[in-house]
Amino acid sequence: MTDLPQSPDTPIAVKKPSRLQEIWASDFLWQFRRSPVAMVSFAVVMLLVLSAVFAPLIAPHDPFNPATLNLMNGFTPPGEANMFTQDTFFLGTDDQGRDVFSTILYGMRISLFVGFAAVLLAMVIGITLGLIAGYVGGWTETIIMRVADVQLTFPAILVAMLIFGIAKGFTPPEYRDQMAIWVLILAIGLSDWVQFARVVRGATLVEKSKEYVQAAKLIGRTPFAIMLRHILPNVLSPVLVIATISLALAIIAEATLSFLGVGAPPTQPSLGTLIRIGQGFLFSGEWWILLFPSITLLALALSVNLLGDWLRDALNPKLR
Amino acid sequence: MLAYIIRRVLQSLLVLLVVGLVAFSMFRFVGDPIDNMLGQERTVADIERLRDQLGLDDPFVVQYWNFLEGAVQGNFGISYRQGRPVAEIIADRAPATLELAAVSGILALGFGIGLGIFTAIRRNGFSANLIMTLSLVGVSLPTFLIGILLIYIFSVELGWLPSFGRGETTQIGGWSTSFLTESGLKALILPAITLGLYQMTLIMRLVRSEMLEVLRQDYIRFARARGLREKSVNFRHALKNTLVPVITVTGLQLGSIIAFAIITETVFQWPGVGLLFINAIQFVDIPVMAAYLMLISVMFVGINLIVDLLYFAIDPRLRIDGRH
Amino acid sequence: MSAEPVLSVRDLVVEIPTRGGLLRPVDRVSYDIGAGEILGVVGESGAGKSMTGNAVIGLLDRPARITSGEIWLNGERIDQLSMRELRKRRGKQIGMVFQDPLTSLNPLIPIGQQLTETIREHLPVTAAEARQRAIRSLEEVGIPAAAERIDSYPFEFSGGMRQRVVIALALCAEPSLVIADEPTTALDVSVQAQIIALLKRLCRERGTAVMLVTHDMGVIAETADRVAVMYAGRLAELGPVREVLTEPHHPYTSGLMGSTPLASKGQPRLHQIPGSMPRLGALPDGCAFNPRCPKAQDKCRQNPEPRIGPADPRAACWFPLGETA
Repeated sequence: MTDLPQSPDTPIAVKKPSRLQEIWASDFLWQFRRSPVAMVSFAVVMLLVLSAVFAPLIAPHDPFNPATLNLMNGFTPPGEANMFTQDTFFLGTDDQGRDVFSTILYGMRISLFVGFAAVLLAMVIGITLGLIAGYVGGWTETIIMRVADVQLTFPAILVAMLIFGIAKGFTPPEYRDQMAIWVLILAIGLSDWVQFARVVRGATLVEKSKEYVQAAKLIGRTPFAIMLRHILPNVLSPVLVIATISLALAIIAEATLSFLGVGAPPTQPSLGTLIRIGQGFLFSGEWWILLFPSITLLALALSVNLLGDWLRDALNPKLR
Repeated sequence: MLAYIIRRVLQSLLVLLVVGLVAFSMFRFVGDPIDNMLGQERTVADIERLRDQLGLDDPFVVQYWNFLEGAVQGNFGISYRQGRPVAEIIADRAPATLELAAVSGILALGFGIGLGIFTAIRRNGFSANLIMTLSLVGVSLPTFLIGILLIYIFSVELGWLPSFGRGETTQIGGWSTSFLTESGLKALILPAITLGLYQMTLIMRLVRSEMLEVLRQDYIRFARARGLREKSVNFRHALKNTLVPVITVTGLQLGSIIAFAIITETVFQWPGVGLLFINAIQFVDIPVMAAYLMLISVMFVGINLIVDLLYFAIDPRLRIDGRH
Repeated sequence: MSAEPVLSVRDLVVEIPTRGGLLRPVDRVSYDIGAGEILGVVGESGAGKSMTGNAVIGLLDRPARITSGEIWLNGERIDQLSMRELRKRRGKQIGMVFQDPLTSLNPLIPIGQQLTETIREHLPVTAAEARQRAIRSLEEVGIPAAAERIDSYPFEFSGGMRQRVVIALALCAEPSLVIADEPTTALDVSVQAQIIALLKRLCRERGTAVMLVTHDMGVIAETADRVAVMYAGRLAELGPVREVLTEPHHPYTSGLMGSTPLASKGQPRLHQIPGSMPRLGALPDGCAFNPRCPKAQDKCRQNPEPRIGPADPRAACWFPLGETA
């Protein structure tokens, strides 16, 4: 009796991972090696992610420790010695004497954290709702997919702003700055689940009609559990592609919201917040406060985007 | 066909009702409206009067209905922050946003379709490839960075164009326009480009891929085989078929211009509805947020509806299907 | 046949440069078509039939291109004309009928407009005259109530009717040559015969030369005056249809006949040519057909098959069937 439930899905369960391994082993890496764009973008992404992760080790200063700051160091141009303290800073300093290079590293940490967390949230919500919609069908499906349709009519950034605004309204004012990062993740994550849900729902509908689900029902297993094991491997590549493209969008969304002043607060500046701060010095000549965070953001968004583009072509030419 | 239109209109109304519910719930449940509307110095009598005035003790459905009734009449309550009727504030600000969106929309549509056709016809040409490469960068470039870049080049370095505001405006009836003064027109250039660029890129890429698809079709080969001029093949036979799928996406893109105006208006301190909305979020000014949400929904749903109807005008097959 | 052929193709070569090397989908093909004559071009898919037709009308898809040979139309050499000059001749001197009537007509333009735009492009007529002509040409191809249906969209017609519209379009500027590329393949069997008969009748009446590309030996037998058999981009056999069908000289033609149900009536079972046509990138040495040929000898493996043309022997074969038998 204990062996019985295994028989219907064992052969398939063995087959699926091998297909995945095949992709990784042969085609996928081969295509990767052949695409200079993919390799360069991957290298840039890795470099940026690693330097964000190890920011505390790499950064020459801790921009959030007031004890190490010297207001006299304010507005030091990049690479030049400060006229009062004779300190030099690789990328210069901002108005409060914070090292721009260090604030960028820490800012990128926040940008990437929000980006990854938001995509993860969107992925979990999207996969769950997609699975439920596809499997349960009927009313539940109609409601979920209609909500998805309506949400898709509105630009994600607008949805994110609204959610941010509402969530902010629920947060007591004294906690607003502290909670801002989490509210941001919630807002971007909730604005971006639809794509995942659609793909997973489609795959679920296909799998549901297959015979092994009937077989699973017959032997009294919950088909839901079995489908979970069969759908996830099937949708892995489209989900990965969507996740990568979503990551680029989430990073840009985060930067945009923070730039607009409805994202990461100045006490925890992300790249967008830094650009917002830097914009104030556009006319006064301290170009480096604005330029370097902008370039970093651009490099990050562009390389993740290019990687996503390439991934889409490499993994699933049919997905448009 | 009539049945289809009626069904679509009913669907649109349903969407608006749902959005209305969201807007109302925001108004009702996010924070306490009483706290928000009355300052520190308030009496119990004040609170009672306001509760009664707002109908906060009525059943939920009644409150919702009253909210909708007010919304239809353009009554969205009083801004927590400015203490003026929201409708009045929005009416003041709407011309700025609408003018900006209209100019950007025309730019995006004109250049988007034009460049899309160009890059499709000259698929392997140097300039077409250059445009495509630039467009990829354009898609990855956040709108606010484009705005800052334009300000840096044209305002800071060259000093040709203003970097913020609308310039001089002229009052015509209740509408303030910046179309009639030189400084107004100058002020419009950078924001309009910033706002239109992203949409233009999207429209261009879409038109290009659809057109390439159409150019592969048999009827295009047949049109060539009949000796029609390239101009006629490309612009009469191919373009018409390209436009059918392009219309939906383009319609939605034009809708999102209004939404994306939020970003552009912030960069250029453009005194429009978007800037108002951002400030409302910063200060949790719920009535303004709710009103903005309702307005933009009406606009989106309206555009969706128009797009669907345009389909009928362009594709004769749908006209027939609808008749049955 | 009149003295001068309408279409004259001499040693036509079409090449496609690929990463794997140069491919020749059409390799030194020569033939004539006279006024009012129907030349059937047969062969398996990929034998170069359609490519030949596309080369004649100047609609080769890049990177395919004509690299040598000559194409003469009504005494004028057209393979070297500019795109612009060639365009003027398309529709006016050469009409073309495509395979699938469902996709050949622009779905968003009424058929009448598609006709009038073609007529007005090539003939100096007013809009009203063009419309009259359009109605007349629809009547000629057997569209009932042509005057009322002229403003209908393609999707309002059945497949067979649409192919009639396509034929009307191909013929509306009265070309002297029509290239019909598998004109009946996509149609119901019941409609095929009607369309072939229509095409045949119209061309006979007008003295139009027809190049009928098909893989259907039955259609050729019924319709064509002469037949050109193609194999791997080359002409295998060219001759009057009766002679070629009843007494093929090339072993490939013979095999082709044996594998066609209509022409092999009375035989107990269909023959099959062993193997399949080689890919263009992997042609054998010598005669392209030699690996599949039952009669292949050393000469066939070492020397390319002899070329044929209008005046030369019927079959491109070192050991033609009629003579060695």
